[in-house]
Amino acid sequence: MNAPHLETPPIPLSSLRWERGTSRIPFAAYNDPELHKRELQRFFYDKHWCYVGLEAEIPKPGDFKRTNVGERSVLLVRAMDSAIHVVENACAHRGVAFCRERHGNRDAFVCPYHQWNYALDGRLRGVPMRHGVKRDGVVQGGMPADFKLADHGLTKLKVAVRGGVVFASFDHQVESFEDFLGPDILRYFDRLFDGRKLHVLGYNRQRIPGNWKLMQENIKDPYHPGLLHTWFVVFGLWRADNQSQMVMDAKGRHAAMISTRGNAGTVSEVSRVSSFKQTMNLHDPRFLDIVPEPWWNGPTAVMTTLFPSVILQQQVNSVSTRQIIPDGHGHFDFVWTHFGFEDDTPEMTQRRLRQANLFGPAGFVSADDGEVIEFSQETFEAKPGHRTLVELGGDEVANTDHMVTETLIRGMYRYWREVMES
Amino acid sequence: MSFEDWMALNQLYSDYAIAVDSGRWDSWPEFFIEDCSYRLQPRENYDRGFPLATLSFESKGMLKDRVYGIQETLFHDPYYQRHVVGTPVIRKLEAGRIHAEANYAVFRTKLSGLSTVYNVGRTIDEVVRTEAGFKFASRLVIYDSEMIPNSIIYPI
Ligand code: FES
Ligand SMILES: [Fe+2]
Repeated sequence: MNAPHLETPPIPLSSLRWERGTSRIPFAAYNDPELHKRELQRFFYDKHWCYVGLEAEIPKPGDFKRTNVGERSVLLVRAMDSAIHVVENACAHRGVAFCRERHGNRDAFVCPYHQWNYALDGRLRGVPMRHGVKRDGVVQGGMPADFKLADHGLTKLKVAVRGGVVFASFDHQVESFEDFLGPDILRYFDRLFDGRKLHVLGYNRQRIPGNWKLMQENIKDPYHPGLLHTWFVVFGLWRADNQSQMVMDAKGRHAAMISTRGNAGTVSEVSRVSSFKQTMNLHDPRFLDIVPEPWWNGPTAVMTTLFPSVILQQQVNSVSTRQIIPDGHGHFDFVWTHFGFEDDTPEMTQRRLRQANLFGPAGFVSADDGEVIEFSQETFEAKPGHRTLVELGGDEVANTDHMVTETLIRGMYRYWREVMES
Repeated sequence: MSFEDWMALNQLYSDYAIAVDSGRWDSWPEFFIEDCSYRLQPRENYDRGFPLATLSFESKGMLKDRVYGIQETLFHDPYYQRHVVGTPVIRKLEAGRIHAEANYAVFRTKLSGLSTVYNVGRTIDEVVRTEAGFKFASRLVIYDSEMIPNSIIYPI
């Protein structure tokens, strides 16, 4: 099933009106179904690495996890020899998405429809009635003589594992994962995933009624946190004059928003956490029981967007991956995997779990991101001929050492145009 | 369990549902004792033994902080919610402490919108007797709903 991808036919991208580089984004980029198909093909299925999970989710031979690359269902599997494979959850026979469990442990995959049997690496091991069925000494039916098991395995994805994180690509010619990230973003990836074993703390799943790109934009937008997320400001976790940097890869597709709180707190400082308004105190200061960790090397928050499929979160002691699963142009699923490190003390684990209250679909400073994405999408649907405006900091694309800019969004759309219009 | 206690327990469940549906968020922490636990957790995490919860509060103070967040800092689309809560099942009786469970469904109605099923699951509770009547020492809210429809702002 490793057939070459069918290229989607060119569509009149000329109907999209761009102004001032990519600082005005046509609403149609968020709701045209043909564009969406082209995005899936060009960003999720070709030439890109997509996040599929953590090694820690499949620690033992035979463990598997079902997830998605773009809109396709895939299985992240650890084979008996401990090698990691990613295969498409689509039977080579008649296409059945045979694996229904979201996780488990198996020694083989068997499609329920006609019992085709696959090894954990996707090889087809056997097909019932391959050699026909004998009746009265005569063989009836069976697969053609030239049928070879080797030709009909599950579609295998190329796999990259780094720092305990697994990425996959349907494109076996894709550049290396390291080249895909580029040196500047790889540095921040390696800062978080520095080789320590990870342990999974759990999941949150939300369905956000908006185009998937809006979530990438949200985490490339340092303009909003101090304004939308009042909680951050009230409790002193965010100030627009915090020392910060906006860093992109050479193509402008990936980015890191790096910031350092002015007075990176010690426990004792934080337990007296006083706010912006001075009068506002938490009833229970443990929400902000922040303890700096040596691996931070300075920054108290680094939010990394890897295009197109994942966001890596370090916000003080809370760390997670946030996977973007597009589903039609109208919504996307957002899957949060919170984790910790093997050397975490029980207190640190507790702290990470407590600070998780700030994030996720109900989080003090994340629930509102989903809300505003939904409201943006409402307007895009209603007014497809209009456009957004991302001109904070001008109309160019360049790294900055402040957060008063929308340059990362412009960078992402510069890349989007390059890929979509070629 | 005495008839009076059974009545009071049912009343607690009903009052809680009415309070969290009423928009009077300040009344929500008052259903709990000071040293309480409120956790809203996906069934997936609960069944697999993962500790992460969507919301995890360990004191009445944290509940009050959540109320402040709902009222003052969390920007959200306003909505009504409506709980339908089943009769509690008593799992265990101890001196001054009742272990009980109940099924629930919450419907959400956004302004100008249809009413939809929002969140469905069960609560695993510990209720204690105080001078002010029965209060929750612990509410573990385990939801079946595989996808949160964008966000959860108000208490379940
Ligand atoms: S569809 Fe899978 S075996 Fe026939
Ligand atoms: Fe945000």
